[in-house]
Amino acid sequence: MAKGNGKQQSAEATKDELLQYYRDMLLIRRFEERAGQLYGMGLIGGFCHLYIGQEAVVVGMQAALRDGDQVITAYRDHGHMLAAGMTANGVMAELTGRSGGYSRGKGGSMHMFSIEKAFYGGHGIVGAQVSLGTGLAFANKYRSDGKVCLTYFGDGAANQGQVYESFNMASLWKLPVVYIVENNQYAMGTSIQRSSSETHLHKRGVSFNIPGEEVDGMDVVAVREAGKRAVENARAGNGPTLLEMKTYRYRGHSMSDPAKYRTKEEVDEQKAKRDPIDHVKKLITDAGYATEDDLKATDREIRAIVSESATFAQESPEPDPSELMTDIYIEA
Amino acid sequence: MTQILMPALSPTMEEGNLTKWLVKVGDTIEPGQVIAEIETDKATMEVEAVDEGTVTALLIEEGAQGVKVNTPIAVLSGEAETSPPPRGAGAGGGGRSDAPPPSSSRTAERPPTPTPPPQGGRGVDLEIPAGTQMIKITVRDALRDAMAEEMRADERVFVMGEEVAEYQGAYKVTRELLQEFGAQRVVDTPITEHGFAGLGVGAAMAGLKPIVEFMTWNFGMQAIDQIINSAAKTLYMSGGQIKSSIVFRGPNGAASRVAAQHSQDYSSWYAHVPGLIVIAPYDAADAKGLLKAAIRNPNPVVFLEHEMLYGQEFEIPDVKDWVVPIGKAKVRRQGVDVTITAHSRMVGLSLKAADELSKQGIEAEVIDLRTLRPLDTATIIESVKKTNRLVTVEEGWGQSGVGAEVCARVTAEAFDYLDAPPTRVHQVDAPLAYAANLEALSLPSVEKIVDAVKAVTYR
Repeated sequence: MAKGNGKQQSAEATKDELLQYYRDMLLIRRFEERAGQLYGMGLIGGFCHLYIGQEAVVVGMQAALRDGDQVITAYRDHGHMLAAGMTANGVMAELTGRSGGYSRGKGGSMHMFSIEKAFYGGHGIVGAQVSLGTGLAFANKYRSDGKVCLTYFGDGAANQGQVYESFNMASLWKLPVVYIVENNQYAMGTSIQRSSSETHLHKRGVSFNIPGEEVDGMDVVAVREAGKRAVENARAGNGPTLLEMKTYRYRGHSMSDPAKYRTKEEVDEQKAKRDPIDHVKKLITDAGYATEDDLKATDREIRAIVSESATFAQESPEPDPSELMTDIYIEA
Repeated sequence: MTQILMPALSPTMEEGNLTKWLVKVGDTIEPGQVIAEIETDKATMEVEAVDEGTVTALLIEEGAQGVKVNTPIAVLSGEAETSPPPRGAGAGGGGRSDAPPPSSSRTAERPPTPTPPPQGGRGVDLEIPAGTQMIKITVRDALRDAMAEEMRADERVFVMGEEVAEYQGAYKVTRELLQEFGAQRVVDTPITEHGFAGLGVGAAMAGLKPIVEFMTWNFGMQAIDQIINSAAKTLYMSGGQIKSSIVFRGPNGAASRVAAQHSQDYSSWYAHVPGLIVIAPYDAADAKGLLKAAIRNPNPVVFLEHEMLYGQEFEIPDVKDWVVPIGKAKVRRQGVDVTITAHSRMVGLSLKAADELSKQGIEAEVIDLRTLRPLDTATIIESVKKTNRLVTVEEGWGQSGVGAEVCARVTAEAFDYLDAPPTRVHQVDAPLAYAANLEALSLPSVEKIVDAVKAVTYR
């Protein structure tokens, strides 16, 4: 399939769609900025991996889904959760380790789940979610329920063995799964060129007969179009597709990463030339769908949601000490 | 007005140095703009502004050392947000809160301060010759030096793992090894633990001496099959022909608020396995001396470090080739009323507990196990014969744990000497929670050790 061409495909998005994507991406960006701030204040502990720069991937893919389709990812997961419709309050309160969080404070940044929104986490070990997502798709086929599972992983995880064990089974059994490799070019501090013998990750499915497609992951409409093709192909019973999203993370790997492995100029250039939110904003204003002032109103609305989530996340009480020994087993 | 606070830039950071201001009073700044550089014990980091506004004051001078997290470092005037102030903010009217975070949220995750040598209870260290010059060094640098010295001495020794070379180590333990030894001997791997652990074992079978670093032992679990099935068993299965002199090392156990998948103590997991040597040092001298011994050892060694100890300074003998024997526990504090066994970070907690207990008239003998396999039973038994009471301390779970093994050996070999049932202190029987309060409740503490000692001494 052809590489996504932003200009051509952008024409296929309606005014309402574009405004919605703008809003959804901005929510993720502002949410993550605030999470970084709360981390700096010591209100969020441990590891905190921000999604800033990659917003178009999850927002575009989510637009290709039907209700009930599942999503699973690794630990750079806040954006996936917000895109899946989980609330900013619930996610932020989990980040602060409070009872109002999605895991009632027991999981933190890397481990949140929502059965209601079909979001299956939130996993901390690189690559492990790929087998789990393949298993969710196995269950879909087993039940013939027509659901598709989006299984995300990063360019770093693309070298883990279980990824390929999963690819083989998914293709062999024609499982309804779409693999999305978010290639932000750095596995922590190691660039893709230094970690991978084949850097075109969409080719990684070739020997398993999994079709691959490279997508401009900074163009939300291109992502959505590629996502639709892959999701419908999976739903039709034709098995997995591997979508390589060419994207970029603006921040360090986690909050404690000084990111000395790339230049400031490189990051600045990505921000200036490829920013996914600026891109949608331009589509909107060029088409006359909204004015700068209209968009500022959206900005204010998003800021209010994020501020409220930060307040909620600080006011929500810590989990009750009795929670220490719950959720270890289900009573049988 | 908004105060900019000294940010925490890593899970374990408490303070840092403000090395450089990149803005001055009067500058207008935007969200995302780099405003300062801060040096932590691991790295120099850039601080980005979150809010927009004009800098009205810089409260901390450039070059200031040891600035505590959450200290106000600058003041910004600018567009106020319309959100209600977070809890605790005194000023009304829509300003952003300058209130420090609730104290409960970070107190539980502070790494322990270095334990001063307990008064009175601690005797002369027989391992260190009298008159030896001592120098202060962090555990991180002690480990680094051990690798560097062994790499200088033996060209078969090489180190491989994720981010060990160009990044200088995810926790900076391999700092500057790439510069000294080059990319052939300091090898950055892809994120592919099972693969590179197996590759390491294969290279060891061929006669090289790999040091395989796991970024943490949590990720080493991806490779546990190669460690146990290939490294530990092949000597036996080959009738003694195939040797694997290899060290698997990295931080083990709970760090700080990193939740269940990143906070596991693998001590007992690996101590279970014949064919492996398992080491878990506490201070810098043992970290260095035992790592050097591990690298020289002809067997596969699992070397369990602790992230919360990396930045701690200890005294270490300033001798040319400091090597500590494997398989020998160390009596860190002498006492007559109870024996406490511990390893790794729990040694520090046990020594603190012993100080507390001493004030209450209970003199605890603290044994640092150091090597978990082979376990130095003799030193433990000798101590229990004197104290008649035993408390074991470990960070991991109790069932089938290191403490369970120590208790079993003591009851088998010194049953008649015991005046109370041996007691174990360990993590509660649950995965480790992220929430600060639950994390603190879950892990062993000085208080829990004191309570356990009081129970076995009937106080």
